[in-house]
Amino acid sequence: MPLQTPPLRGIHDERGAKFTEFGGWDMPVEFDSIREEHAAVREDAGIFDVSHMGEIHVTGPDATTLMNRLTTNDVSALEVGDSQYAAITDEEGVIIDDTVIYRLPDEDGEATYLFVPNAGTDEATHERWVEHRNEWGLEATVDNRTDEYAMFAVQGPDSGNLVTEAVEESIADVGRFEATDVTVEGVECWMGRTGYTGEDGYEFVLPWSEAETVWSAFDCQPCGLGARDTLRLEAGFVLAGQDFDYESDPRTPYEAGIGFTVKLDTEFVGRDALERVEAEGVEEKLVGFRLIDRGIPRHGYDITNTESRVIGTVTSGTMSPTLEAPIGLGYVPVEYAEPGTTFRVVVRGRSKKARVETTPFIDTK
Amino acid sequence: MSFETPEERRYLESHEWALETDGTVRVGITDFAQDELGDVVFVELPDEGDDLTQEDAFGVVESIKAVSDLYAPVSGEVTAINEDLFDAPELVNDDPYGDGWMLEIEASDTDELDELLTAEEYEDQIA
Repeated sequence: MPLQTPPLRGIHDERGAKFTEFGGWDMPVEFDSIREEHAAVREDAGIFDVSHMGEIHVTGPDATTLMNRLTTNDVSALEVGDSQYAAITDEEGVIIDDTVIYRLPDEDGEATYLFVPNAGTDEATHERWVEHRNEWGLEATVDNRTDEYAMFAVQGPDSGNLVTEAVEESIADVGRFEATDVTVEGVECWMGRTGYTGEDGYEFVLPWSEAETVWSAFDCQPCGLGARDTLRLEAGFVLAGQDFDYESDPRTPYEAGIGFTVKLDTEFVGRDALERVEAEGVEEKLVGFRLIDRGIPRHGYDITNTESRVIGTVTSGTMSPTLEAPIGLGYVPVEYAEPGTTFRVVVRGRSKKARVETTPFIDTK
Repeated sequence: MSFETPEERRYLESHEWALETDGTVRVGITDFAQDELGDVVFVELPDEGDDLTQEDAFGVVESIKAVSDLYAPVSGEVTAINEDLFDAPELVNDDPYGDGWMLEIEASDTDELDELLTAEEYEDQIA
């Protein structure tokens, strides 16, 4: 299948970006250097083209019920302009995907949501919503608008100033995890403030055809998926397909460290299973660690105890540009999960000492 | 984008360069390779005195995003390694044919160099 391309594929190419396949999309991985892009976001601001993320629009009399039954968080707690991070789980409580849900202004007096599934999962997610809506006899319209919307993320301590300058309306009242309609160079956008990288940041959802106008309105470092990975890992954020993968590494939100998204007092697919997991406790947990010996942990490397018995797997790892130290995430038995615990990571056949650390690895915001 | 490919060196398809002086072969990775890798953050090299065989992996170079094996252009004994790279791996990006060199091999048979690509052949490969 040919790769899908973001609306600014040509513009990024002209700017000298390198590209990589991600979730079926041909996305920029690096514009100048991951280190430079990473530093720009930590110190000033950077802009990411995240048009590979899905956008699904849900409205109608039963929109809230449908959203609540298919996501782990409590959607009914959202007022217009609020947003929320949630997991999408199966009957066993295993994470299928993670997502951000925005409550948009009501349409025809009905609650309306836009949620953002990960790259390449929008079609399956749309199908899931439609199937369950039909099965439960709910009245809601579910539209997959991934092909209609571009999405950009302006991130970093200076992002507030940049956005204030670029947006026609005042954004002073938009708090963390809040969202609103704004106008950029005459283009109407939906703007959220959820912090894709762990830094203060603003995400813009806008018509695909207006992508260039909005992208050009922000004069800051363009950033690719490479910097996304290093920034998010330093912030301790999980990456779908890497830190959990429905097919190859099924995990519950409690194992993946996103148990805070699970509201057991709501009714959703997987609730009963997760109630049991919550009561019994998990056997393995995702932990952050730092390599003490020289080397870099990478996805898929074994984690062993000091007797060389394999106890877990690295899910993400890199040389942290901010800390200038090798850091990673991986699943280990809970008895190895306490900060300060040491274990070993097998780097190309060599056993390297590592120590569990509290995440986020750095202070952000 | 054009990359520097000095003429007096020989090249491997796996993007190492080799420069011979009196039987000693200095080895590094090419300008193209460092650009492809991006920010180099770690280099693993053999010890001095280790014996290498042509085309065998002798070490690893890692950037933030990728891991890449390094292959020996000739057989022989490692007589020097660039220890500066342990503290400053970014030298590979900054100066791949100069301060970013990786090791020196006392070649057991310098004729092996003739099997490697010329600068022109290497440029064709990366074009």
